[in-house]
Amino acid sequence: MIQFLLKRVFQAALVMLIISLFCFSIQDTLGDPTREMAAMSMSDAERENLRDELGLNDPLMMQYGRFLSKALQGDLGTSYFFKEPTLDVILKKMPATLELAFAASILIFTISIPMGVFCAIKPRHWFSRLTMAVSVIGISIPVFLTALAMIYIFSVTLGWMPSFGRGEVVQVWGYWSTNFLSRDGFAHIVMPAIALSSIMLPLFIRLVRAEMLEVLSSEYVKFARAKGLSNLPVYLKHALKNTMLPVITVGGVQIGIMVAYTILTESVFQWPGMGFMFLEAVNRSDIPLITAYIMFVGFLFVVVNTLVDLLYGFINPMVDLVGRRQ
Amino acid sequence: MKNRFLLSTCLVMASLLSFTSASAKELRMAYDADPVTLDIHEQLSGGILQLSHMSFDPLIRWTKELSFQPRLAISWQRINVSTVRFSLRKGVKFHSGNMMTAQDFKWTFNRLKQSPDFKGIFANFETLNVVDDYTIDLVTTGPYPLVLHTATYIFPLDSKFYTGTDANGRDKGAIVKNGASFASTNLSGTGPFKVASREQGIKVVFERFADYWDTSTPGNVDRIVLTPIKDEQTRVAALLSGDVDFIAPVSPNDFNQIRASSDAELITMPGTRIITFQMNQNRREELKDQRVRMAIVHAVNNEAIVKKIMKDFATTAAQMSPPGYLGHNPNLKPRYDLALAKQLMKDAGYEDGFSITMMAPNNRYVNDDKIAQAVATMLSKINIAVDLQTMPKAQYWPAFDDRAADIMMIGWHSDTEDSANFYEFLAMTPDQSSGMGAYNSGNYSSDYVDKKTVMANQETDVANRATMLQAIENKLFQDAAFIPLHWQNLAWAARKGVDLDPIVNAQNLPYLGDLVIR
Repeated sequence: MIQFLLKRVFQAALVMLIISLFCFSIQDTLGDPTREMAAMSMSDAERENLRDELGLNDPLMMQYGRFLSKALQGDLGTSYFFKEPTLDVILKKMPATLELAFAASILIFTISIPMGVFCAIKPRHWFSRLTMAVSVIGISIPVFLTALAMIYIFSVTLGWMPSFGRGEVVQVWGYWSTNFLSRDGFAHIVMPAIALSSIMLPLFIRLVRAEMLEVLSSEYVKFARAKGLSNLPVYLKHALKNTMLPVITVGGVQIGIMVAYTILTESVFQWPGMGFMFLEAVNRSDIPLITAYIMFVGFLFVVVNTLVDLLYGFINPMVDLVGRRQ
Repeated sequence: MKNRFLLSTCLVMASLLSFTSASAKELRMAYDADPVTLDIHEQLSGGILQLSHMSFDPLIRWTKELSFQPRLAISWQRINVSTVRFSLRKGVKFHSGNMMTAQDFKWTFNRLKQSPDFKGIFANFETLNVVDDYTIDLVTTGPYPLVLHTATYIFPLDSKFYTGTDANGRDKGAIVKNGASFASTNLSGTGPFKVASREQGIKVVFERFADYWDTSTPGNVDRIVLTPIKDEQTRVAALLSGDVDFIAPVSPNDFNQIRASSDAELITMPGTRIITFQMNQNRREELKDQRVRMAIVHAVNNEAIVKKIMKDFATTAAQMSPPGYLGHNPNLKPRYDLALAKQLMKDAGYEDGFSITMMAPNNRYVNDDKIAQAVATMLSKINIAVDLQTMPKAQYWPAFDDRAADIMMIGWHSDTEDSANFYEFLAMTPDQSSGMGAYNSGNYSSDYVDKKTVMANQETDVANRATMLQAIENKLFQDAAFIPLHWQNLAWAARKGVDLDPIVNAQNLPYLGDLVIR
């Protein structure tokens, strides 16, 4: 166990090192940050001064060395735009993104499981067919289109829902203020959460359905039926439990992906989270923030994968985490 | 009896409450970005100038008709060839409670001369002399015609507030671009609105300054909540759904939707930003030939671009100076003529054409990439095959600095609202030491334009100066120095009852202190 975790910590460090090296090597194509920091009419000499001040005129390896030595002390640079340490900026934006991803996951799980199960049990029912047909469309509609359509229907035309932002949030602890403790905050998170869940939801319905179908044809379900159990206990006790194993695994990985890919939803709804922050950082050539965010996402992926592996190990004792025993 | 007393008290209370709620007006506005800093000398940009007009006041400011209106200066006069004397308003208070005097102007002027962004605008200014507490002299290095134009950039800072050292022992007045400073996070000006709270990238809340000097203003907004909404469709949706009261900028694609709404109103006016293409004579031998450049200019149907791509939300241009500028030459007309263009190509010996490269940004100017595509297609009519590349502005500016293509797009707004600024940056011979021609990617070079621009900037007689500037415009026209396209118009949209029309201007800096909400 400890060996496994150590291995993962090492892997995380390696992933972040590679990402940072990659970010530095493409720095020149990210644009000239001084353009966003100064007037068009600023003279070339002043622009060079600013580049000197930012250390952009030093050789690339020297810049990278400087970055690494600071990174080892926990300093991932200062954002050009926010004028704050990049890690602080990311941590401040993180709760908004996590809450959005959390709300979307709740939606996905509470909707996909009953619907997936129903589609598996009654494959020929009109509702199952409709669900399957709609889910194909759901997968193929881009998130920003869903989001814009919802804004036009529910905010502009009907006037039921707020069109952008987080609304009134309630401060919980540190940088974390929540949407879930006020009416206004809750109203604001509904549409972004639905939009974000719209791609993953069909995927999960199909996943639950496929897994359930497979389980239903297994020997132990046939045996349970042969034993004379009625339908409901068979579905819920024997089949659903075993269906959930792969769903949790895929779910864990997908949530990690969702956190990293909230960019579109956040930018349409002006949601002040990490995804929107990253998009803006790219537009502004805020190189330190771009680098730190990509490294952070890399770290996040390693963490999520580690958690899923651990979870899997607990659920299925046959899984060997370290890969030593044969 | 007791009950009646209670009832009447309640009624009085209720009427009082309704009175205060009726007079307290809040404006919720959404721009594409919020100010990057509270230090108005840190960066010269539209967002910062907007902040300057909200929380500070200038010496004088532009009116909608491009004339000057006294603000903190009550009068001015030229006392000799290089000096203009301003009398200052008395009894003006800063947000901190300090009284404004001539010393604050002196301090502000010196700071502007230090600012990397603003020092260029003040290059011709030698000093600001304090005559007495309420009189200052602006002294230029020689005769300079743009003293008043430049005075619109002098927003006095509270010198006492910004003097000294902060908690970290750093100078409070320092201009810091890389990282936070006292001035970038604290503010004390004389303007109509104080900054009540600010979360960068999320919102800025302004509250009316109770001791604001201008008590004659009709402005009745007590509180402004500025929220950045980057996505233009979301911005329009926020207005139409009633979540915000005022938005800018507005894309021409959304005009019809706003016009169709019964709750919102669209305000537009002609702008002064010119959009052009420059033809690089250093990279291409063909473009050195005046006939080829002339052919290209004649092949570009900029009226069609304005009509079809800009949806009439621009003014077709044949020169750099928009109407209202001294240099605007009314004789110069758009000149699309395909037959003549073909003839000119033939005369120059390029009947069979040639191929060139073209670059344009795709997120800097309104419809920039579509305009570039249209121009590329138009040039194919005279057998010029265009290899077009469009890219985000973050990548475009480094490419522009490298002069990476034969034809490059550039838009320009004159900081001084004066023609000479266009020539200095776009038309004069590029010169590293003087800084002239910094955005002349075509490397167009004319001794006449160079000399005449310098002369015009020493001519204080308005009529003489106008003749000189118009002559330069004519020379650029005859030489086909660049491809003129159009001046971008400006648009704002607001909820009905927000009386935007009187407070907007060609600088795109609505004077929100004077805004009336009905």
